[in-house]
Amino acid sequence: MRRHIFVKVGIALGTLAFVLVFNFFLFRIAGDPEKDLFRNTKLTPDARQALLEERGLNEGLFTQFRIYVGNTLTGELETSYSSNRPVATELREAIPNTLILVGSATVLSALLGSWLGVIAASRRGKALDTTVTQGSLVLYSMPEFWLGMTLIWIFAVTLGAFPTGLKSDPGQEFSTLGYYWNVTQHAALPVLTLALGLLGQYVVIMRSALTDVLSEDFVTTARAIGLPRWRVLRDHAVRNALLPVVTLISLNLGFVVSGAITIEALFSWPGIGSLTVDAIDTKDLPMLQGIFLISSAAVILANLVADILLVYLDPRVRVS
Amino acid sequence: MSTTEAATKSVPVRHLPSDTLLEVDGLSVAYRDAADTEVKLVDDVSFSVRRGEALGLAGESGCGKTTTALAILGLLPGNLYRSAGSITINSERGIMHVDRRTERGLRDLRWNTVSIVFQGAMNSLDPCMRVSKQIEEAVRLHDSDIDNVGVRDRIKELFESVGINPERATQYPHEFSGGMRQRVMIALALACKPEIIIGDEPTTALDVMMQAQILELLEELRRELGLAMVLITHDLSVLAETCDRVAVMYGGQIAEMGPIEDLYYRPQHPYTQRLLGAYPAVGGLRELAPPIDGVPPDPSDPPSGCRFHPRCHKCQDICTTSEVELRRVGDEQVARCLFAPWPKGELDPLGVPEAR
Amino acid sequence: MDTGRRGQPTTAIISGSKGVFGRLSDTASRSFRLLIRRKSGVVGLAILVFFTLIAIFGPWIAPQDPNALSSFSGSIMAPPSSEHWLGTDDNGRDVLSQLILGARISMLVGFSAAVVSAVIGSLVGISAGYFGGWTDRILTAIDDWFLVIPFLPLAIVLATLLGDAANSLPFGRVLILVLVIGLTGWAGTSRIIRSQVLSVKQRMFIERAKALGASTPWVIRKQILPNVLPLIFANTVLIIALSILTESTLSFLGLGDPTRASWGQILNAADSSGALAQGAWWFFLPPGICIVLVVIAFTMVGYAIEEIVNPRLRERS
Repeated sequence: MRRHIFVKVGIALGTLAFVLVFNFFLFRIAGDPEKDLFRNTKLTPDARQALLEERGLNEGLFTQFRIYVGNTLTGELETSYSSNRPVATELREAIPNTLILVGSATVLSALLGSWLGVIAASRRGKALDTTVTQGSLVLYSMPEFWLGMTLIWIFAVTLGAFPTGLKSDPGQEFSTLGYYWNVTQHAALPVLTLALGLLGQYVVIMRSALTDVLSEDFVTTARAIGLPRWRVLRDHAVRNALLPVVTLISLNLGFVVSGAITIEALFSWPGIGSLTVDAIDTKDLPMLQGIFLISSAAVILANLVADILLVYLDPRVRVS
Repeated sequence: MSTTEAATKSVPVRHLPSDTLLEVDGLSVAYRDAADTEVKLVDDVSFSVRRGEALGLAGESGCGKTTTALAILGLLPGNLYRSAGSITINSERGIMHVDRRTERGLRDLRWNTVSIVFQGAMNSLDPCMRVSKQIEEAVRLHDSDIDNVGVRDRIKELFESVGINPERATQYPHEFSGGMRQRVMIALALACKPEIIIGDEPTTALDVMMQAQILELLEELRRELGLAMVLITHDLSVLAETCDRVAVMYGGQIAEMGPIEDLYYRPQHPYTQRLLGAYPAVGGLRELAPPIDGVPPDPSDPPSGCRFHPRCHKCQDICTTSEVELRRVGDEQVARCLFAPWPKGELDPLGVPEAR
Repeated sequence: MDTGRRGQPTTAIISGSKGVFGRLSDTASRSFRLLIRRKSGVVGLAILVFFTLIAIFGPWIAPQDPNALSSFSGSIMAPPSSEHWLGTDDNGRDVLSQLILGARISMLVGFSAAVVSAVIGSLVGISAGYFGGWTDRILTAIDDWFLVIPFLPLAIVLATLLGDAANSLPFGRVLILVLVIGLTGWAGTSRIIRSQVLSVKQRMFIERAKALGASTPWVIRKQILPNVLPLIFANTVLIIALSILTESTLSFLGLGDPTRASWGQILNAADSSGALAQGAWWFFLPPGICIVLVVIAFTMVGYAIEEIVNPRLRERS
């Protein structure tokens, strides 16, 4: 089993390396770093020259690449055009905020979605199943930011029950508990929006996985033993159906780092998504480069975690 | 009469001869198709099993044998329902009218009165659960007073009786080979000390050697514990070793039924005759006859008259029009054929009929 | 003589079987008939037809031309009235007109991008499946990699990098959208196509044709394509739905064409002009509703076609 894990880690690192290379060439080829340096209006001509030399922009491509790799590995991801602060710093500050959002939304949608999926599968073909499945289809077909807009309009603007954006009320002094409460209030709508957007996937996966499991022989055995239906579901069926759901959760955690972009933009939530949108507006290429790197790394990491989790959860994989 | 049947007090209690353990009487199982027509998968099936007796239920795939077995446990899937007939168990705990019971009542009799061993293959056991845990689950379900030591001892006892090292009890199903897994299933089936065990093709997925071992094990256990058994299979040679009586099913009906020797040496239904011809007899020489032509009858549109007539080598005109009842052809033998009992000379499966 | 697909004799290799377009129209007509049978299918198809007509005849139906100077005369962010059925936007322009014209861009971009994805995905999938060996390994590795890369950041990066170049072309920004969505969305398709090609390849008649000296392009055209196109068709319909969603996302983020209305673009305008805070629901609700309707319709139709092409799926529902 250990060898299996090593192989997976190796593949993950390899993919990451490839992303690094891709990232570098993408920005060098499609963009023009020299010209872009001029975009950063805060740089003095001397500073600009220094940067040029530091990144080897007046030298060959290979030198540039070498410098780039070296910098990235030591955590130095160039400087943002717009804020003039190191990209790495900006990212470091923003990531926890995004994680709060994504983490909460994933937990919420995974729990709710799985529960709905179990209901749909156990009442397959009947009215409740159809309602749940159609509802999931509608949610899936919505742009999540539009859903967010609608929710803001209903709950924040019309009803005034929630704030319309940001992480906390600006310019206010809070006690620690007061701060957490305030953040929670601000996070409520974005988390809800994100969760609803993700809900459909969990419903579909759980429903399909559980339906498959319910047709297996061991479910008949469980009933033949004399277990009531709810125990057959809980102790045997759902546990086996969880495997694909858990995989989905881990994979999703990786992607939603990037999927939260529109939500953060809409709610002005200070996470990676907001940084992305600002970077788009100001054409802040170093920032975009850093974000691309981080989000790719997140997906690769999430895939790796999903693979490892599966090894521990599925006894069949474990022993082989 | 148990409390779960108190509601049906007004309906008479059935009485079975004291040595009869299970009686299936006129059982029909059906489903409603898209046009809401009733389609019968099991049609008027009757048989009984005495205490300690082994009854074989033979027939090709789709003849209704597994459905019958599931009906006995009240485990008919989804859209299937019992459309006629009764199932009665004369258990040590009292008379049980299986067909009248609610789901709760059925759960009460499952496993501790009747248990079932499925066709092992991959997935009859929960792959995510240790084998000991699955046995424990069954044991605790029907014996709420048992303590941890009791459970452990019981598991040990069960494993030893099926010939597996008890230390393997904490392993997962996939860690056992096919034959061993079947033994585990048998151990599970015995966990709550049932009075009757149903084996639904328990050896089909195994090789011949494994098959013999498992059958031997079942026989041994049956005799030791005084169990009755219903052994379902499509392979008649399996039944020859273990069963006292055999019922051959075709197209949802019983084609022939009787003591194993009678069926073996004097098969009265052409289908039985062909079946016997298709498998080499154990301990005897018989030429391998070719498999029977044709396909099993479609339950939603069965052949007119005798259901077997399209594939019967002895079919005559009257067979295509007359419905056939089971008729007595021996002391304890019945067959569903218009021409039974056949004269001794015409019991050969490949015999050409005189008139056509 | 053994039989190839659905009982068609394999001597069809030489004489030319149903062929590419035959298969395609066959699938299309069967899908149509299957769809009509179900209520959901009828509704889905009706929605698609409705919006397609609006997209085509938009400029003639819309009461106003959002780009004409005269349109900027209405009161700002006014609620629906008899004059403006869906009210006005932050520039006093008629929202309904923008919605109608937006259908054009949204659906066109969605469709074109899906076609781009389908073409790339098919090329990659067919090549990987047919040629095997190192070609397959490399292409599959690239495919795996594209599946791993987070789709939206990549699209954003590409759109931003190419943005400047695009501004100089007439339909530049729209083209960028089509390209970016198409380039980032082909990975799933190629995988499906590849496995289909592999299963087709296993059938005997390809070996026989090659033994008889048939050239690669011929084999691909006459034998592989007819068996693969229905699947591509089904998959593309579903990709259209995804592409429309992606276009709305990219436009909302400001990567679209600000001079042309698309539903995503309208939402962008709504957000940045503070329509939310002012409760101007007529501005931001309708575009979203249109997107939802069209995406659901394409998804339902896509699933139905998929069921026909892949009968195994029918059992699952």
